[in-house]
This record gives sequence, structure tokens and C-alpha cells, in this order.
Amino acid sequence: MSSAIKRAVFLYFALFILIIGVGVVMEVPFTVRLCVEAAAYSLIALGLNIQWGYGGLFNFGIMGFIMIGGFAVAFTSMPINMEFWNSDGPLMLLKVIIAAIIGAMLIIGANKLPMIGIKGKLHKIMQILAWFIAYIIFRTQIDPAADYIEKTSTYVGGLGLPVIIGWAFGGILAAGVAYIIGKICLGLRTDYLAIATIGVSEIIRALIKNMDWLTKGTLTVSPVPWPVPNPQAFQAMGVGIDASFIVARASFLAVVLVVLLGALFLIQRAYSGPWGRMMRSIRDNHIAAASMGKNVKSRQLEIFIFGSVLIGIGGAILTSFAQIFDPGGYQPINHTFIIWVMVIVGGAGNNFGAVFGGIFIYIIWILSEPVSQALFINISAFSEGFGFSAIPEIESRALQMRVFVLGLVITIALRFAPKGLIPEVMHQQKDEVKNE
Amino acid sequence: MNELIFFFNKVIISGMVLGSIYALGAIGITLIFGILRFAHFAHGDMMTMGAFITFILVAIATSLGLSGPLPMGFMVLPIAMVIAAFFALGIDKGFYAPLRARGAKPVTLLIASIGVTLMIQGLIRLFFGTKTRTFFADEPKVIYRIDIPFFDATRPISITEPQILMILVTLVAVLALHFFLTKSKFGKAMRAMADNADLAQVSGINTKLVIKVTWVIAGALACMAGTMLALDVTLKPDLAFNIVLPIFAAAIVGGLGHAYGAIAGGFLVGFAETMAVFNWAVLLRPFKENLPLWLPNDLSLVPTEYKLTVAFVILVIVLLIRPTGIFKGAST
Repeated sequence: MSSAIKRAVFLYFALFILIIGVGVVMEVPFTVRLCVEAAAYSLIALGLNIQWGYGGLFNFGIMGFIMIGGFAVAFTSMPINMEFWNSDGPLMLLKVIIAAIIGAMLIIGANKLPMIGIKGKLHKIMQILAWFIAYIIFRTQIDPAADYIEKTSTYVGGLGLPVIIGWAFGGILAAGVAYIIGKICLGLRTDYLAIATIGVSEIIRALIKNMDWLTKGTLTVSPVPWPVPNPQAFQAMGVGIDASFIVARASFLAVVLVVLLGALFLIQRAYSGPWGRMMRSIRDNHIAAASMGKNVKSRQLEIFIFGSVLIGIGGAILTSFAQIFDPGGYQPINHTFIIWVMVIVGGAGNNFGAVFGGIFIYIIWILSEPVSQALFINISAFSEGFGFSAIPEIESRALQMRVFVLGLVITIALRFAPKGLIPEVMHQQKDEVKNE
Repeated sequence: MNELIFFFNKVIISGMVLGSIYALGAIGITLIFGILRFAHFAHGDMMTMGAFITFILVAIATSLGLSGPLPMGFMVLPIAMVIAAFFALGIDKGFYAPLRARGAKPVTLLIASIGVTLMIQGLIRLFFGTKTRTFFADEPKVIYRIDIPFFDATRPISITEPQILMILVTLVAVLALHFFLTKSKFGKAMRAMADNADLAQVSGINTKLVIKVTWVIAGALACMAGTMLALDVTLKPDLAFNIVLPIFAAAIVGGLGHAYGAIAGGFLVGFAETMAVFNWAVLLRPFKENLPLWLPNDLSLVPTEYKLTVAFVILVIVLLIRPTGIFKGAST
């Protein structure tokens, strides 16, 4: 057993002890909830690990993909809203789709203009004009439709499908959006790509927050169903309240773990295969990889989409576990930067590192609130003993410590363990390099 | 005529104010990128931090009973900028300098700047809570209404005192920066280093000192921009977090590493945002009888909720058509 594997086993064991410790100190239902969310976050961290660890792609728009996953599961698994289907809403939406198709055809047509001899500046002007006209055509249809649906039936409602299909749809929808974004943005260099993806995620947030007709906006969609019987169902069967939460959440955890381990297995296989080697070669030197005949651009698009699928599924799991889809609850800190901290601390380029980082950082993130609250209460009592006044609003202040702790953890990690706790393993030919 | 004045109030004045704030923020980002070659994500939170420093100073000054001809926020601004500059130096020494010494890639510095963002934001929230504050709790916000005596206009041009001061202060800051960069020894050294760091070093330029000067300027300008933003709207912990995107858009549109480009980009993005959300139907009102009936009442290009998308769209268009920005930027 090499030292790297020993280290990983030790860290996972320590993590296990930590979770048991949390279970002893805090309540058990709380700990199981923590585990479910941590597992979902690890899945998202795996997604980012594919994009950043394998592909070197700077995706700072994770929040957007998590939101898309959340919307997808809310849309597919909520019950059907008959009020909407019985109104003129569907017809108006059909008109919107037709308008969108006409607009798309205009844009495609404008792009193809060089075929009939319109080139250069004139072509560019025509393209911009086509986009503008398409936008106006779309707006003329979407605005009244949105108004009408919001007035008659609040929102379009769901499709009433099983939750697991909703999770899958979250992945598919995220993949579709990733394809469009990747096509536009992936040519950009690191810093620019980071800004562009931040912008994309902010746009997705603005859209989902304000498209009340589709997502109910800030009114929030609830209750989003579970793939397994929820605590209320167990209580109806006569199980005690505490026990019902533990059983229901544990069975949810089992489903999430199946998804997580399945994804981990598949990714690990791909990673050690030729595909993974090719991706790493593109990451480390894309010019050399291109000269070896690899299609860098389409490979990067591929990896961006794969990563986004996992992020979308993770987002869907989070939403269905919380039982509520609240577009106002998504923040870049909680849903983008924390994932980066997970991957960097865990070890970029190592799947086990990403999963470890996901669980570990999520526990730190959640626990820093009660810990700092206890700390503040003690400091407050201590300083009062010296005649100072007590610290005001300890509870709300303790909550804000999470953000600070997160920043502290990543800066410490970058300084002292820049490759992460479980660093990337480079398999090299043994007869060439003996120091492995 | 009233419609034109409305346009002036809504687009020209707001655009100038927004553009000034964006320009000041973008200069800092662009200078840091030019010298250190990384996108400094913590800049937005450095702006917020600057605004809070000013807020504390205002509170101290008011409690001492000081008052002056200008709003307190502007009176204490120079002191706040000095303090913010020291903070910026401290952040560099504590978090970025060790990484640079190790020879870390710019990408690592970028991630470190996110850590710094989180820490600044966490500390601000820890000490000040999440509530919204205003600089004008104790003093009135003077609004000037300039009546137009001709063209039978009834609506006055209205502009607040802080807005006038902001535009003036930005002008002074930009001119000072211009003379610093073109006339002073340090300014020339900075430009040389932005152009070619290695060459600058072998020519005997003290690159460590240049880096320090860069942080001082960036920190001071960030404090200025943050204070202005807080004076124009309100002060809250996530004040500038949301405008990191337009500021970066401004810096990139102007060409990263190019100080004048950042100024131009700042005003471009500022005006584009106010113009995009302006309801152009207002300007057509005098000709109402001659217009076709199907014309909707709302002719704004994007709804106000999507204001943020404007900066992004500009950014993407510029990156696709002219990746180096309007002026040629420094390349990585």
C-alpha cells in the first residue's frame, strides 16, 4: 500500500470518527440531515473536480447549475397544475415557442449570409440586427403570456413525475445549459472564463427568480416530494417523531449514497483510462495536446458538460431534500465558493479528495455556527466578568462566522497544502521514475 | 421638454454616477492585473470594507460634534482612503505575498483572492451585522433642483449633493492618476512593469516597491468607490459583492491592465446599464398622436430585474469581437 493511499484511508477514517462525534454531541436526526446534504455537496464537488481537476476549466458559475437542477426537480416532480392546463396558458406558451423558433431561424439565417455573398461589416450588422429582431419577436409573445399565466394560475405547475426522473432531468437540463455556455465561453482564458461563468450564473439566478410564471419566483415552490417516504409518511404509520426523521433521512441518505458512489465509480474508471490521461494532458499543456491531434475545444466542452451534469443532479438532490425550491435562497458564497473550497482543500484532480473535501468542508461550514456561538457566549461571559458589556446579537453573529471560517480554511490550505489533503496521484512508468 | 429632462435625470446623471463608481473600481482591478497578473476578486469586498471604514470615521466625527460644509462622508474620505490603503498592504503581505514568494501560478492567487473575499465579508458581517445602514441618518441629503426657464419645462433637473461631489471627486482622482502615471517616477515604473515585469526588474526598477504602490492606489480607490456607492444608495455588507461583475466587465472592456481603458470601460458599462433599463417610450410621448397604436407603453430594452445582464452581454460581445478590449490590454 503506497503512502498516498494510507493517507487517504486515514483521513476517511478520521472523517468517520468526526461524523460519529457530531452524532454523539448533536442530535442524531441533525447528523443524518448533515450527512445527506454533505453527500449531495460531494456530488457537486465531484462535478467541479471533473471541470477544474481534470480539465483545468475555471467554472465560477456553479450556483447557476445548482439552481437549474433545483428548478428541474421542482418542475418534474410537483403535481400537475390543472388550472394552468385548462386555461389559455398552454396555447400562449406554444406561441412563445413558435416565436423562439422564428427568432432562432432568423439568427441562423443571418449567420449563413456569407453563403450568398454578404460578408464583412455588412454581415456583422445583419447578425446584430437579426438578434435584435429575434429578441423583440420573443418579447412580444413572452410578456403577455407570462402576465396571463401569473394572473390565472400563478405558475405552470409540475409534471407529476417520479423524483428520480426529476434528478435525471436536473442533470440533462444542466448539460443543455452547459453546452450553450460552453460554446460561447470556453474559448476564453482562465480569468476571463471565471468572470464569464460568474456572469452566467447571475443571469440564471435573475431569470429563475423573476420568471414567476415558470418557477413561481420568490414565492417558492413547496413541498417538493422525496424519492423515499418522508418523515410525515412514517409518522402517519405510527413511528415516533424522532425515529421517523432518522429512518426517513437515512433511507434518503442511502439513495444519495448510491448515486454518489455510482458517479464516483464511473468517474474513477474514466479517469484511469485513456480518456482521463488525455484530459490531464489537455489541462497541463493544451498546445502540446492539440499538436498530438486532440481536439482541445470539443474535449473541453465535453468535460464542462459532464461536470455540469453532476452539479445539476446534486442541486436537484439538495432541493428535493429541502422540500422547497426557493430561488431567493441561492447565494454565490453558499453555492459557488464553498464548492471551490471543497475541491481545493480536498485535492483537485483526485476524486476521493473531492468527495472527502465535500463532506469535510460541509461539516465545518455547518458546525462553525454552533461552535462560534459557544465561543462567543464564553467570551461574552468572560469579558462581562471584567466589567465590559456583553456581546450583542450573538446568534446572528455566530451565523456569519461561517463565511469567515470558510475564507480562513481556503487561505490556510493554499498556503500549507496547496495540492489539497488528498493530492492528485500521478501514475508514471515505474522504470522511468523510481521515486514513486 | 419634460421628457428630455426626465431622460437627463434618469440616464445622464445616473449613468455618470454609476460610471464614476465602476471606473474607480475598475482602475484598481486593472492595475493589479497589470502588475500582478491575476484577477483580484476581493476588490468588491475591499470597496465594501472602505465604505465601512468611512462609516466608522463618520460616526466618530459626528460623536465629536464635528461638522463641515460638505456631507461628513466626503470630509473623512481622505483619512479613510489612507486606512484602506494600509489594509490593502496588509492583505497583500498576509495572503498574496507568501504565495508569490513560493512562485504560485496566477490561478492560485485568484483562488486566494476568493478566500480573502470570504474573510472580509465574514468579518464585516460579524462586526456590523447584516442590516442596511445609511450615511444620512443624522444629516439631510441635499437635493438640488435646477429649473429650466425656457421651453416651457415644468420638471426640474434634480441632482443630489453627493452625486455632484462624486462626479467631481472622480474627475480629480482620474486626473491625479493620469499625472501620477505619466509624470512621476513610480508611475513610469508601474507602466514599465505592467509592460514587461522581467525587463523592468533588470532595468533596476524596485518591483517590490512598485507592487506596494499598486496596492496603495488600488486600496485607496476601492475605498473611494465603495464610499461613493454607499453614499449614493445604502451601506450593507454585500454592497459591492454584486457589482464585482460590472467592474470586471468595465476593466475587460477597457483592456485588462490599461488604466485609461478601465475609466472608459467604467463609464461605458455605467451608461449602457442605465440606458438599457430606461423606458424609451417616455421620449416618444410628445408625438403620441402620430404613433401607431400597437406600440407598447414599455419600451425599455431589458426589465430592471435583469440590469445585471447588461454588463455581462457587453463583456461577452467585447470578448468575442475584440478579446483585448477597446484599448489593447496586457496579455497573460
